[in-house]
Amino acid sequence: MSKTLRHRMQRVAFYVLLAIILFYLIFPFYWAIRSSITPNSEMFTTPISYWPHHPTLDFYRQVFSDRLFMRSMLNSTIVAGSVTIISLAIGAFASFALGRFSFSGRTPVLYIILAMTMFPQIAILGSLYTLITRFHLYNTLPSLIITYLLFTLPFTVWVLTTFFQTMPRELEEAAYVDGATPFQVFWKVLLPLAAPGLVTTGLLAFISAWNEFLYALSFIQSPQNRTITLAIFTFNTNTTGGFELPWGKMMAGTVIVTLPLIILTIIFQRRIVQGLTAGAVKG
Amino acid sequence: MNGTATTDIPKQAPKLKPGRIRTLRGSQTRTAWLLLIPTLLVVVLVALVPLVQTIWYSFTDERLASLQPTHFVGLKNYRFLIRDTAFRDSIWVTVKFSVITVIFEFILGMIVALVVNSSFKGRGPMRAAMLVPWAIPTVISAQMWKWMYSGTYGVFNDLLVNKLHILNHNVAWISQSNTSLAAVAAVDIWKTTPFVALLLLAGLQVIPNDVYEAATVDGANGVQQFFRITLPLLRPAILVALIFRTLDALRVFDVFFVMFSSRASTQTMAIYAQQNLVSFSDVGYGSTISVAIFVIIGIFVVAYVTALRVERT
Repeated sequence: MSKTLRHRMQRVAFYVLLAIILFYLIFPFYWAIRSSITPNSEMFTTPISYWPHHPTLDFYRQVFSDRLFMRSMLNSTIVAGSVTIISLAIGAFASFALGRFSFSGRTPVLYIILAMTMFPQIAILGSLYTLITRFHLYNTLPSLIITYLLFTLPFTVWVLTTFFQTMPRELEEAAYVDGATPFQVFWKVLLPLAAPGLVTTGLLAFISAWNEFLYALSFIQSPQNRTITLAIFTFNTNTTGGFELPWGKMMAGTVIVTLPLIILTIIFQRRIVQGLTAGAVKG
Repeated sequence: MNGTATTDIPKQAPKLKPGRIRTLRGSQTRTAWLLLIPTLLVVVLVALVPLVQTIWYSFTDERLASLQPTHFVGLKNYRFLIRDTAFRDSIWVTVKFSVITVIFEFILGMIVALVVNSSFKGRGPMRAAMLVPWAIPTVISAQMWKWMYSGTYGVFNDLLVNKLHILNHNVAWISQSNTSLAAVAAVDIWKTTPFVALLLLAGLQVIPNDVYEAATVDGANGVQQFFRITLPLLRPAILVALIFRTLDALRVFDVFFVMFSSRASTQTMAIYAQQNLVSFSDVGYGSTISVAIFVIIGIFVVAYVTALRVERT
């Protein structure tokens, strides 16, 4: 009797803990959504309301009609998309070599790639800044596409290598026996099988490029070339003296920017966790 | 080994003469390097060349968009760096932030991982919820929290003053110097705890269940099992999580810059370097700071790789 009671109490305590964790993880995002649909008349009064009594989509309309903000969405899509495609295209070859071939020099290259995934971006900001100015790339999107490879490419190679390594040997051996060249094996046998790995790594690379801030802040000047993180940041400086920041519009913007990411993450949940932990645990 | 396998091998082996094997190896090596060329080229162009150039700049008085020629100044920048109190302050801010966030992320991450590792209804949605803070860009989570920290209309003050009655007056979390570091650390902890939890969870899932069953038979309770089985077996995952987080925390930029701009009292090493490089166009001195950051982080990377090697042997 007392044993079942104790068991039941433990179960209740467990679910309370679970609820607290869930609340902690979700609440800030809930608050952003709440603030994005609460009209100013209700947002800047006390006591504050935890659920809007007169919800409105005004802030979303403001964001969607803000041409600079929409432009920055487009810029971020172009930059993150290009970086992802380039990283996958170049990285797939490298990880094929590192994952399926044994050759002298493989270990040092792997160590260099691993070290690169932890390369501090700030360490080379000054040099990149002067190089970009010298090649007249300052304040252009290509400046970001090129420099973002610094962190997306090594990561892509590292994670894809672990994907290639886990494929069974027999696959390509059969093809080699039939007289296939390494490139044919790569294109026709391994790459189709690596498709899930490519999707995961691509998504992770896209997210890291989409979220980048330091280089965008340093290399981009004009409002029409801003990426999305810069656009969200500049809400801070858009104050018209004395008033509160445009929090409602800003929160609508954050929801618009993060909702696609969250949906993608939830769809590819299992794969993302695999990719993230492959990058770390198996290393 | 069965009979057919042993008879098969001698039949096949003579087909490949030693010379043929060597050329096959040679062509493999050649193909491998060919495949690596584009990646290595990018690595050299966007990392190696800039790194060498940064080190060179740190010994010069290079300025951006300056008509003056660049001079080699020897160790002048480094001598200045050692006496630079602003840089010392930024190291202190960064180290305090790193220690606070890594400790909290590890403890909270461990709790979350242990909870999610047990079986319960709704485990799938819970794991999905864990990815929400991780997927949100740092700049955006910083803005979300900045709004929650807001003085009069912020939800924190309302919760703590009006609902829970823990405080008796509103606090200016971001502008007050005694709360600002905790405020910014809380954002990072919220964003990164799920990531740490996922790493630890992956480690937990490879621990075989019968180890626990054997321990239960021997009469070990939950706490004993955690300290005697879970923690030792989780060591590699813990090590990886801790080092990854430390390295990330040491180069923190986004969350501080969004919350405080470049306010002197809450400047991290990365912000101080960025300000010198971009805002003051002082590429020479900014590069010196960058090299210092690189060395500090490099020491951690070396410690990480050696620790992992020790772990493996």
